[in-house]
Amino acid sequence: MTATTPAGARDEGAIAALTRRHRLKPLEALPWAAAIAAYFLFPSYLPLGAQVLIMVLFALSLDLILGYGGIITLGQAAFFGVGAYTAGLLGAHGWSEPITGLLAAAAVAGALGVVTGLIVLRTEGLTLLMLTLMINVMLYEAANKASTVTGGSDGLQGVVIDPVLGLFRFDIFGRTAYLYSLAVLFLAWIIVRTVVHSPFGRSLTGIRENVARMHAIGSPVLLRRLTAYAIAAALSGVAGALLTQATQFVGQESLGVDRSGGVLIVLILGGFGRLYGAFVGAPLYMIAQDRLSAYDPAYWPLAIGGLLIAVVMLARGGVLGLCDTVLALLRGKGTR
Amino acid sequence: MSAPAAIETRGLCKSFGALPVASDIDFRLERGARHALIGPNGAGKTTFVNLVTGALAPSAGRIFLGGEDVTALPQARRVKRGLSRTFQINTLFRGLTVLENVALAIGEHMGVAGDLLRPAGSRREVIERAFASLERLGIAEEAGRLVHELPYGRQRLVEIAVALGLEPKVLLLDEPAAGVPGAEHGTIVETIESLPADIAVLIIEHDMDLVFRLARRITVLVQGSVLLEGTPQEIAEDSRVREVYLGEREHR
Repeated sequence: MTATTPAGARDEGAIAALTRRHRLKPLEALPWAAAIAAYFLFPSYLPLGAQVLIMVLFALSLDLILGYGGIITLGQAAFFGVGAYTAGLLGAHGWSEPITGLLAAAAVAGALGVVTGLIVLRTEGLTLLMLTLMINVMLYEAANKASTVTGGSDGLQGVVIDPVLGLFRFDIFGRTAYLYSLAVLFLAWIIVRTVVHSPFGRSLTGIRENVARMHAIGSPVLLRRLTAYAIAAALSGVAGALLTQATQFVGQESLGVDRSGGVLIVLILGGFGRLYGAFVGAPLYMIAQDRLSAYDPAYWPLAIGGLLIAVVMLARGGVLGLCDTVLALLRGKGTR
Repeated sequence: MSAPAAIETRGLCKSFGALPVASDIDFRLERGARHALIGPNGAGKTTFVNLVTGALAPSAGRIFLGGEDVTALPQARRVKRGLSRTFQINTLFRGLTVLENVALAIGEHMGVAGDLLRPAGSRREVIERAFASLERLGIAEEAGRLVHELPYGRQRLVEIAVALGLEPKVLLLDEPAAGVPGAEHGTIVETIESLPADIAVLIIEHDMDLVFRLARRITVLVQGSVLLEGTPQEIAEDSRVREVYLGEREHR
């Protein structure tokens, strides 16, 4: 297909592909337009909408390390849950201001990311998978045992959250929760987008593509992976804190291992390493879960499983990968 | 005292369990050298490269770069001191373009790769330098292609381009012609011949034509030990070397 392009033009194209990659494309406005439209179109679904946005944020943080950094983890809910409990414990003990609550959750989850990352990121593959899973399980059990602090399996009650900016009270229709989550997601998206297009982000991709070569070109691989891990942990913590603030409650399942699995499914469904997989996968997963569990409360995971198998078998790059394939096919036909 | 060597090893040993793969290697790579390391398969040539670069830790012995002891330094710090290598089997970012493969190396070398904020694409100087280095190797027309789309022989040149992107003082080439069709050996030879004279080059190679064309000194490694070091003529005339290469004692 490219054989028809003159060589000189292709050279410039190769340079332009790198220099223009970070520029905003019109299509990138689509998720935000859709989110704002959903606010007006489905006013009775805003609490679910807020949960979808929180899942997008959670999956976006995972994409940074899994999709870009190639760090495979089954324990990302550790950071989500720690963020959720941080915001919850602050809210239950008199610190009800939401934005500082988010920042505190980011700091605690990020610090946990640094500490655990120093241990787990020295490993790869299955060992890494098991270590992240174990840290997640240990924290879940710790929250269970420390029931005087966390409320144990009953969850943390009595969380009080002040109005956002002193103006917008968390209402029962979920309007504030939705718009607040959307604003936080937007900021997080700016952060992740900046990072993945930065030289640091490209070196993360290099680590995913070939770690031996990264060592050989003098890259401090552990430091790079640790930095990414900490950023992702902090953002996952923010997602957890958002859920706490939106629901004024912390359930023990915020630390659950199935949440770690769920966010992985979201990213696989949407397509990882593309920044927007989270935006496609989270609504797909959450809405499917909501509809299917209303239809059959017991067996809905069966359908999700079927969906996942279909995506993994037929569309390795997730829904977005499938879009790419279809577009490439259409373009291929167009030039012939 | 002579000037410090580009690379020097003293008593370098490495064993994998009970299997010694490097035994007591004393080696000097002089500045600006064109030095070949030869030996039968399994002689420990690649292990030696991995020890020098820091990909493997030695069981005993010291490694010096430009006279400084780097035995305890991690790989990345040795690279910062001017040590660069290519791999026997292509070790590239297969899903990225040829240009970005080199740009990543140059970004690391220029010390900008840790930047989290400014877009990588706005660093025009990194990309221009990467492109210029592809032009020097005659593979600029491949710049926009993904590495895995290239024939293996062309990928070998990308290996060299990435290594040179680090502007090394010492270059270790691990079988640069391996997997390259005979007709394209000329490109590899010309590329190595045209390297700046002050770069010390250690080349591991099985192709003896290539070795004798490029090397001014040759070290023969057999079963993890240095058998002999000398000029190409001395090596060619040595009966032990002939035995190793032509005799039946070596079964591997």
